Amino acid sequence: MAHSTPALTEADRLMTVCNSCRYCEGLCAVFPAMEMKRAFTDGDLNHLANLCHACGACFHDCQFSPPHEFNVNVPQVLAQVRTESYAHYAWPAAARPLFARHGMALALGCVATFALFLLGFIALNEPGMLWGAHLHEGRFYALMPHNAMIALFGAAFMWMIFAIYMGARAFWRDSGVPGLSALDHANAVHDAARLTYLDGGGPGCYNEDDAPTDRRRLWHHFTFYGFLLCFASTSLATLYHYLLGYSAPYPWWEVPPLLGIAGGIGLVIGPVGLLIAKKNRLEAIGTPEFRGMEYGFIVILLLTGASGLALRVLGETPLLGVLLALHLGAVLTFFLTMPYGKFVHGLYRYLALSRYARDKREIGLG
Amino acid sequence: MKEWDVLIAGGGNAALCAAIAAAREGRRVLVVEAAPKFYRGGNTRHTRNMRCAHDHATDTLTGPYTEDEFFDDLMRVTNGNTDEDLSRMMIARSKPMLDWIQQQGVRFQPSLGGTISLGRTNSFFLGGGRSMLNELYRTAEALGVEIRYNHEVIALDIQDGRFHNATIRHPDGEVQITAHAFVAASGGFQADFDWLKEGWGDKAENFLIRGTPYNRGTITRMLIDQGVMQIGDASQCHAVAIDARAPRYDGGIITRLDCVVLGVVVNTKALRFYDEGEDIWPKRYAIWGRLVADQPDQKAFIIFDAPNIPRFMPSLYPPISAPTLSGLATKLDLDPATFEKTISDFNAAVIGGKPFDTSEKDGNTTRGLEIEKTNWAQRIETPPYYAYPVRPGITFTYLGVNVGHDARMLMADGTPSQNLYAAGEIMAGNVLGQGYAAGIGMTIGAVFGRIAGTEAARHGS
Repeated sequence: MAHSTPALTEADRLMTVCNSCRYCEGLCAVFPAMEMKRAFTDGDLNHLANLCHACGACFHDCQFSPPHEFNVNVPQVLAQVRTESYAHYAWPAAARPLFARHGMALALGCVATFALFLLGFIALNEPGMLWGAHLHEGRFYALMPHNAMIALFGAAFMWMIFAIYMGARAFWRDSGVPGLSALDHANAVHDAARLTYLDGGGPGCYNEDDAPTDRRRLWHHFTFYGFLLCFASTSLATLYHYLLGYSAPYPWWEVPPLLGIAGGIGLVIGPVGLLIAKKNRLEAIGTPEFRGMEYGFIVILLLTGASGLALRVLGETPLLGVLLALHLGAVLTFFLTMPYGKFVHGLYRYLALSRYARDKREIGLG
Repeated sequence: MKEWDVLIAGGGNAALCAAIAAAREGRRVLVVEAAPKFYRGGNTRHTRNMRCAHDHATDTLTGPYTEDEFFDDLMRVTNGNTDEDLSRMMIARSKPMLDWIQQQGVRFQPSLGGTISLGRTNSFFLGGGRSMLNELYRTAEALGVEIRYNHEVIALDIQDGRFHNATIRHPDGEVQITAHAFVAASGGFQADFDWLKEGWGDKAENFLIRGTPYNRGTITRMLIDQGVMQIGDASQCHAVAIDARAPRYDGGIITRLDCVVLGVVVNTKALRFYDEGEDIWPKRYAIWGRLVADQPDQKAFIIFDAPNIPRFMPSLYPPISAPTLSGLATKLDLDPATFEKTISDFNAAVIGGKPFDTSEKDGNTTRGLEIEKTNWAQRIETPPYYAYPVRPGITFTYLGVNVGHDARMLMADGTPSQNLYAAGEIMAGNVLGQGYAAGIGMTIGAVFGRIAGTEAARHGS
């Protein structure tokens, strides 16, 4: 079957090899999903690539991995296909080149938004407020009115949601699969929440060598659940504000700050662990060509988590203004770039897991 | 220089089981593997399961497989050509092996897609043989076993049945290693074509080797030359029919073809030569290598038609296809007239009428042919027509060294050697006089490897 990129063509070749062998079918969902097919469309291969959690087990277990002449490197090729799929499905099409320069876009975005917030704070307030807001009763809102904050971030958030929805829709349409049942979603939520398929079939995931550990799964859990806690914190605080008329800043023992602190800690520990793991990743299964996007995504999460925690700790010092500009800059950049970077991996993997659950149910395995 | 208690030559399942068993007895163990690290372990890299007796179903085995049933299977595939006492001992020891090998880190899974008929008898390795091997290496190294790659034994000093030392060539020169006991677990000689020709004549030139080019049997030769008793002859081996387009070495599992029962097999004269429906796949899987080896040019073609494509496991190379039989014959370089006659005679003789079912002998036969197809006979009539070219693919050879129940080698005069042990393919001929049953090579390797390691450890430090 003809494919639109060299990575997809190579993935097709590998799936033919793997389908003739099947020794890896106990390792994860990719191989059982592959066995359901004999010919693979671009959509099928993008599905399989996003089903792959990059645990690396099949590379070390494969008798045909390089230097063998059959050159079977499933984790690396699927990582290429997967990353290309993020750009392929992105909306609007004009934003697709952003993936290739994601790291640079993030860096520029952060610097620019940080500077704009700083200038904004100074321009909107009397000049002393930047260093004196911590003495002010409203603290953050002395620097930036709540409604302005909501308008800006609400708009960025809506844009992000819409763009991501359009990408996900294109991804799903390409898979050629009709709808999902609630059971499929339940299975996918379960597998995504546990990262079921990052354990190499039991021993753990592989990173720097051929010894399995489960550390990447741990770091990912810290990051993912840290992110969810931060999101919950912000959402709850918004409800407090509008429903209860109870505005930030809150004392630390209130629920929103507790969620935020726990989430912030996760968003520091997790990304640091992931950065170290990525740096040490075995070259043979890495994808150095996408380093900017991969590191960039982790760094922006780390920056968001760390600046949020710093605001909690140092919010009553003259550093408040600078830290707030940094935190808001990081969050705004994160929102705006979410549809054009590694963030979409979560969504596409979720959809791939849902389709896998559905396909298994259809053929009576699930 | 470091002192060694046990020197093990090889790097596969048998070698590692021996190394682990000896290390668990507190011995200092050195493993020398001739291959580089990636190719370590020879055929073990290409395996996927092990046949062990068990009394009950487990979470990965669908039902019991008694010692008696295992023994019956062995008698059937070898045509009784086995050392019965030794085989019964091995089968008894295969039972605790299921637990022991898992204690060494090996993981099992339910049988793989496409191998449902082995789900009761054979234990499949999670991730396949290389994964299994990686676990054994990790366990051995954690026990202090030293592993050296690219280290090939080039000479053995054996006097009066006693091993003294081995000379080993490595990338930086040569080294002499002394040890209290020696375990030969270095596989068969299938990668040495000159040796294959001793058994097969020039036919061997057309054979393909399913595993690495490192199994040349140099240690087997040295041992026999120095007075160890030989077992088996150079023509016995585990051979199957694999895709003729496979590379000469290390094509592994993905070049095998499971579609013989679905059609007919013709030689380069476009004639059938054996009952393709004799028994269910994979029971008759292991005879086709030998059958094809006896055909002109050691080549044959599996022929079938369109409805059969989804009925067998896919393989690496796509089938050759054509919209007509004569077109297919031309592509295969066969005489079209003979080919069409072979197929039309076959089609005319098909009785059929019963439900087509490859999971058991379905009784769909031909009648009136010189060579009948006794099951799964169906007309080859729906284009496009397909063909796979096949050649003999040698998995491993059986000629090796004679051993006793303690895995100790016997000398040519029938007396036991003092401290020479063997495990795995190098002594498989003691169990397999001929024939093969899936997963039995790994049983021989693990059971005799464990025995050899334990026994070698008795020689102290």
